[in-house]
Amino acid sequence: MRKVTSGIMTALVALLSFTAVLALVLILGDLIAKGASSLDWNFFVKNPVPAGESGGGVANAIVGTGIVVGIAGLIGLPIGIGAGLYLAEYGSGRLGFAVRFIADVMNGTPSIVIGIFAWTWMVKPVGGFSALAGSIALAILMIPMIARTTEEMVRLVPHSLREAALALGYPRWRTSLRVVARTALGGIVTGCLVGVARVAGETAPLLFTALGNLNFSTDLTHPMQTLSLQVYVYATGPFEEWHRLAWAAALVLMGLVLILSLAARWVTRQRYGRVR
Amino acid sequence: MTTLPIEPIPPPPETLAPRPEARWESLRGVNASDRVYQGVLTVLALALPFLMIVLLTQLFISALPAIKRFGLSFLWTSTWDPVAEVYGAAPMIFGTLASSFIALLIAVPLALGVAIFLTEFAPRWLRQPVAFLVELLAAIPSVVYGLWGIFVLIPFLRTYVVPPLKAVLGWTPFFQGVFYGNSLLAGGIILAIMIVPYIAAVSREVLLAVPSSQREAALGMGATRWEAVWTAVLPYGRAGLIGAIILGLGRSLGETMAVTMVIGNRHDIGLSALQPAYTMAAAIANEFSEATTTLYLSALFEVGFILFVITVLVNAAARLLIWRVARGTAVGSKAL
Amino acid sequence: MVASANVRLRLETVRLTALFGRKAAVQEVSILFPAHTVTAIIGPSGCGKSTFLRCLNRMHELSEGGWVTGKVLLDHIDVYAGDVNPVQLRRQIGMVFQRPTPFPTMSVYDNVAAGLRVNGRRARHELDEAVERALRQAALWDEVKDRLQASALELSGGQQQRLCIARAIAPQPEILLLDEPTASLDPAGTQRIEELCHELKRLYTIVIVTHNLQQAARVSDYTAFLYMGRLIEVGRTSDLFTKPSIEQTEAYITGRFG
Repeated sequence: MRKVTSGIMTALVALLSFTAVLALVLILGDLIAKGASSLDWNFFVKNPVPAGESGGGVANAIVGTGIVVGIAGLIGLPIGIGAGLYLAEYGSGRLGFAVRFIADVMNGTPSIVIGIFAWTWMVKPVGGFSALAGSIALAILMIPMIARTTEEMVRLVPHSLREAALALGYPRWRTSLRVVARTALGGIVTGCLVGVARVAGETAPLLFTALGNLNFSTDLTHPMQTLSLQVYVYATGPFEEWHRLAWAAALVLMGLVLILSLAARWVTRQRYGRVR
Repeated sequence: MTTLPIEPIPPPPETLAPRPEARWESLRGVNASDRVYQGVLTVLALALPFLMIVLLTQLFISALPAIKRFGLSFLWTSTWDPVAEVYGAAPMIFGTLASSFIALLIAVPLALGVAIFLTEFAPRWLRQPVAFLVELLAAIPSVVYGLWGIFVLIPFLRTYVVPPLKAVLGWTPFFQGVFYGNSLLAGGIILAIMIVPYIAAVSREVLLAVPSSQREAALGMGATRWEAVWTAVLPYGRAGLIGAIILGLGRSLGETMAVTMVIGNRHDIGLSALQPAYTMAAAIANEFSEATTTLYLSALFEVGFILFVITVLVNAAARLLIWRVARGTAVGSKAL
Repeated sequence: MVASANVRLRLETVRLTALFGRKAAVQEVSILFPAHTVTAIIGPSGCGKSTFLRCLNRMHELSEGGWVTGKVLLDHIDVYAGDVNPVQLRRQIGMVFQRPTPFPTMSVYDNVAAGLRVNGRRARHELDEAVERALRQAALWDEVKDRLQASALELSGGQQQRLCIARAIAPQPEILLLDEPTASLDPAGTQRIEELCHELKRLYTIVIVTHNLQQAARVSDYTAFLYMGRLIEVGRTSDLFTKPSIEQTEAYITGRFG
């Protein structure tokens, strides 16, 4: 009887897992089914056409995503990695505890809240929306994420390695950078890629900062379009044509996120080969 | 301590020891570079507390006009009238809690099932692939979920789910009214799918942190696989699992895009899951650009402030619980 | 220990006490280490041998709550003096640990050269010379001379440990501290390293911590027996092992405890 219960529960647990995976398969499947057919060369190189017309593409959004996320990375990654190194190297005291706790808590902050904060500091005083404001919002999102993954990866490096370097006469900063962080580099890069992937898909923080732009623009001080904003506008718009384009743009966005996530896993496999 | 004479060792054929002054010189010095390094890293790390404080303060300041005007009644007033400039967040707060509640109802069994399956029952070759696929759910952008929600989930609900639900449970207050699509139910379901990977990933780490001796002790006493899990592993990790669930709750409270695209965006409190509703995050996303007056904007900022404070508290509680099981590690902070 | 006039001392500890917070792990230990000798520190687990060793190159203070009273004299200069830079000190004392710890992101060559590079010596020919010299002294040259650029992780455990020895002696420190260097090696590897000690002492002064009494007897000129942080007895290895003057020493050596 107990064996039967065990068997049933095992099957139940397996079924639940299957359901979760099924959801993923359905969503990705729909993306491909509904979006792939719209992907042609034009889609990638053309800009959106006026409402109601057909054709057009998301070139401005692709480039915009690259710029906004790129600048966010330039700002957020160094600060995040620096904070992570601090936590790993000097973070055993009270300040370290506070910083770590705050990072964990900020990791769950709604991104819309960060968005309106960035609006208050970057858009309102200047009187205009800008890609830079969007980048800052995304950077704020990134920093706590990157800090924690960096810390965790650096902590994985065995203490004995640090000791060996110190005993050789390496000063602490050089031990931390050249030996410890260098050994953990693969993991740090993975964390960065995952952070960038997550931020690339964000829409809420950009709604009131980068705003969106129907035209092609690389100007940081003006509104800019991103794939995520494009999907939102098209999906909630009234035109069938827009809905079709929304699927295609979502597929491209998902593709981008997927490439970054897979690259992140690839880096770790190369260096660590850990099995969990 | 004893004293023993040492016999002289023939001195090796090489030069004498360096003069004391030379030795002294080579040992002296100050480590300025270490101080600089620590200083730089500390400054960078301080960015985090700085951001937190600034965020809280700015939101509060921006919300001040509304706080002064409405006081605590903001929390239970149902009217949201930009024309008359009366704002009450009760429907949003209700919708946020209700949608998260529905989400947890669906997500917790799914996520715990996945976590238990992956750590206890799945054959080794299946673990990595399934874990990867579940993680991938977390990588899907919110707006993509929203898109799928509008064009796939809602039609599906309308055709295959709601009619049977109404047939069976239509007499309860939870499934009253006509279902047009955008609803609390749709919001709850989308949120559920979105938070499953978070709860699953953290639960998995919590379960992996349970020492295998617990498992083995139970099995050694003749328990079945499932019994070992139920009686030995789960109770041990209970605090952490609750923490994982609260973490998922924290995420669902703040989800914006997917929710605003399927929930209907209506300032209404109602028990029926089939009716449109509103959440705090969705309201901000929807109305921020339309807020033309200072008070309107300030009311939205107050909503943002409340949302921020709630998620901070919820996340802090979650972290403390998880910390108790898996001391201080970055459990759940990794990919997510 | 009383030293006679014409024995050169490299290293000496004077009432060295090492603490973690308020607990003393090493208490008032005074030992003289004559030049070009091998001194073994023996004692049961937890008696403070490793902690004592780590005080000699100021590694102990890097541990949580670690601090020291007493003196460690290197050529009659107290290394704990206020204006001595511990980083500089550690460059003059080499240390090898229980587990091989090659730097995983560096090649064999870079590992050995690491101690030199950190000292600012970068000239290619100087490094080449020093690396070869160190690898020869560590009896590893023949095995790696064709794959100096290979990753250090490709070597076997015993080879990695000899690599760590080469890395420690490349900057030509005068003192070499070995903390149970053969603990994780097989008998063949252990033997290689013990042979190394005999050869290396011509150039360096060696202090070796070991829990293996036979190893201490084989390898060292002097032996110090530590128990519960205190120095019980110290003297010539041959004397200590054949006719120890303290009962506790005899009990430990004959295996009655520890």
